[in-house]
Amino acid sequence: MKQIQIDNPIIEVEDLRFYYGESRAIHGVDLKFPEKQVTALIGPSGCGKSTLLRCFNRMNDLIDISRVEGKVILDGESIYDKSTDVIELRRKVGMVFQKSNPFPKSIYENVIYGLRIAGEKDKAFLDERVENSLKGAALWDEVKDRLQDSALGLSGGQMQRLCIARAIAVNPSVILMDEPCSALDPKSTARVEELIGELRKDFTIIIVTHNMQQAARVSDFTAFLFEGDLIEFGVTKQLFVKPAKKQTEDYITGRFG
Amino acid sequence: MQKRQHKEMNKFWRVGEPMVWLTGAALSLTLLSAIVLIVVIMTNGLGVFWPSAIKELELKDGSRVYGQQMRIEETADKSGLRRQYKIANRDLYGLDFRWIDESQIVTETAPGEVMVLERIEHGDFYGTLQKIETDRIQQVPATTYALLSELERVNTQKEELTELEEKLNDDSYRMEQMRLTLLKYDYRKLAADDPKRIELLNEQEELNEDFGRLIKLQTNRVAAVRKAKAVFADADGREKEIVLADIFQVYEPNLMTTGEKALFYLHKLVELFVGEPRESNTEGGLFPAIFGTVMLIFVMSLFSFPLGVIAAVYLREYAKEGLLVRIVRIAVNNLAGIPSIVYGIFGLGFFIYGIGHSIDMLFFPERSPTPTFGTGGLLWASLTLALLTVPVVIVSTEEALGAIPREMREGSYALGATKFQTLYRVLLPMASPGIMTGLILAMARAAGEVAPLMITGVVKLAPALPIDGNFPFLHLDRKFMHLGFHIYDIGFQSHNVEAAKPMVFVTTLLLVLIVLLMSSVAIRLRNKMKKRYTFGTF
Repeated sequence: MKQIQIDNPIIEVEDLRFYYGESRAIHGVDLKFPEKQVTALIGPSGCGKSTLLRCFNRMNDLIDISRVEGKVILDGESIYDKSTDVIELRRKVGMVFQKSNPFPKSIYENVIYGLRIAGEKDKAFLDERVENSLKGAALWDEVKDRLQDSALGLSGGQMQRLCIARAIAVNPSVILMDEPCSALDPKSTARVEELIGELRKDFTIIIVTHNMQQAARVSDFTAFLFEGDLIEFGVTKQLFVKPAKKQTEDYITGRFG
Repeated sequence: MQKRQHKEMNKFWRVGEPMVWLTGAALSLTLLSAIVLIVVIMTNGLGVFWPSAIKELELKDGSRVYGQQMRIEETADKSGLRRQYKIANRDLYGLDFRWIDESQIVTETAPGEVMVLERIEHGDFYGTLQKIETDRIQQVPATTYALLSELERVNTQKEELTELEEKLNDDSYRMEQMRLTLLKYDYRKLAADDPKRIELLNEQEELNEDFGRLIKLQTNRVAAVRKAKAVFADADGREKEIVLADIFQVYEPNLMTTGEKALFYLHKLVELFVGEPRESNTEGGLFPAIFGTVMLIFVMSLFSFPLGVIAAVYLREYAKEGLLVRIVRIAVNNLAGIPSIVYGIFGLGFFIYGIGHSIDMLFFPERSPTPTFGTGGLLWASLTLALLTVPVVIVSTEEALGAIPREMREGSYALGATKFQTLYRVLLPMASPGIMTGLILAMARAAGEVAPLMITGVVKLAPALPIDGNFPFLHLDRKFMHLGFHIYDIGFQSHNVEAAKPMVFVTTLLLVLIVLLMSSVAIRLRNKMKKRYTFGTF
């Protein structure tokens, strides 16, 4: 497979293999994610794209029977080293989930959750962070008058943007998005996509999506996975217009998957 | 044609119409039995304090009797009706109740001058006032007004006496403490001329003198108060001399208006809540029993709530899922099904004879063989009930934690939270409505238990409340009274079951009310939490 040249990778994946018990979900993936770009992971259901995404903030640690081999290097440090502080890692690598999951607290408390658990107490600093994060997630104008209201009273799209605000409040370098729009209506989806375009100025974004048009719209690079293998990785425009592999072409033209 | 009918029958079953009726019937049956229970308790319990009219009956044999009609039913030979009257005057007739055939009654009147005397002993007295004899006045025939004013005077004297008694109680408590300290000195082989011992002995002597003086004073005052007497006569004119100090309350039901009766009723209700029991618990108030019940449930919750929640958190969040955890879970579920008397026996053997006895040996060896903690008491009863209810709390907490969607945990972890932070900031608040449900169930179960209490510290009549003004104020080693045991005791252990019956219903009603009150407070709390911590509609 022809490797395209990535000059400033923030995450480097080297021969990553992932097991659920005895069965292997990812068979040796090599990938480099460029800094401050949007990279989309696409592929049919069960191809391992979500599993791969969750390797980057070690979310898979929560599954007792899972096992990881190979290397993931973030900012020059292997995150699966014994010396890695998982808490620290997760502060550097934020995550937005498929189903929006605001905590049953006020909007304000949701945004600063990551800072609170890190022990931040300075009120002025927290206020400022809330405002900046909500502005960054394009939610400020809608909620600025009801920051102390419960986050559970927001609409689905607002909740998802709140989750994005919550993720950027701790100032991570990478944001992982696991099908962030799959539970949203088209209008909310459009807003989140627009937001992703804004966020790439400050953050590296890796997004898993089922929606090929979405991948084409929002991402700079795209990786296509199939049954645990990386089939093709390239600049989005090229991959969608002129895929190098037959499998990729079949998938993006809708012949399977 | 037949085929078509068959098809329609099939559709009938498929749609499930009979199932709807069946489920509806099951629900109504449950509701009905609960409603019948409540109605029976209410009708029997609520009427007890209403001052109904007292009738004077003239019977065919020429005798007369005062009585309150209680029930009416057919005679055994079905020839007519017979009525049950409460005739009171236990000291004259021996019985409080009497069945009278209607055919025996010649006349029935409601004379205004007949009085009801609620006495401290021997139950009520129904009769008319004849004369008053006190150191102040001698009145024949006496007026009701004079009786009431004399009673008031006696009552103020009685209040003074109560104050004196409180002083005596304090003194005797202090004397007991001194006796125990002396015992401790003996046990430690403190020398006879040790300054500490001498000081204590001096103090004791002073206290003894003071106590003796108070006792003399009390005896004199009691004798003085008891000099005031009045003579009453029953319907037949038989006279009875009654000491005014023994009279608790006087009223003339036949002269009372409905408003006055309602006021009287309220007054009796208040007495029920704040008064002390009289007449081996069949009369008077229920305050010590109410206090004991609430206190028991409160102390029980203090033990079972944290223990259950913490155990469930470990089981669900920290323990590695496997055979052992499964066995533990099954064991916990089965614990809830063990008969409560078994818990009682366990409490007696383990807490009282085991731990309690060890505490006595360690801290109060000088008092042995008199037990301090090695006998039933509020603490041990609460612990026994806590053991009994802890499975309920564990199961509901575990279920509440398990019902939280995985995304919530992941969301918290993804922001760099530790397991403990996630638990403390997200999971426990979200599980709180479920935990509250468990606590409600546990409290309701504890409130209804009697069997284990009977061997771990409940008594018919507790000499003192578990809280008082003497250091250390909260006396968890004391025995206590309980509404559930009260029901059993006055309903089945009383020497005068017929007279105690109204009290059984009243006590039952009160117990149900207390459980209802506590549950509704907890349910309100739960709904508040639910609103706050769970998702509405998406």
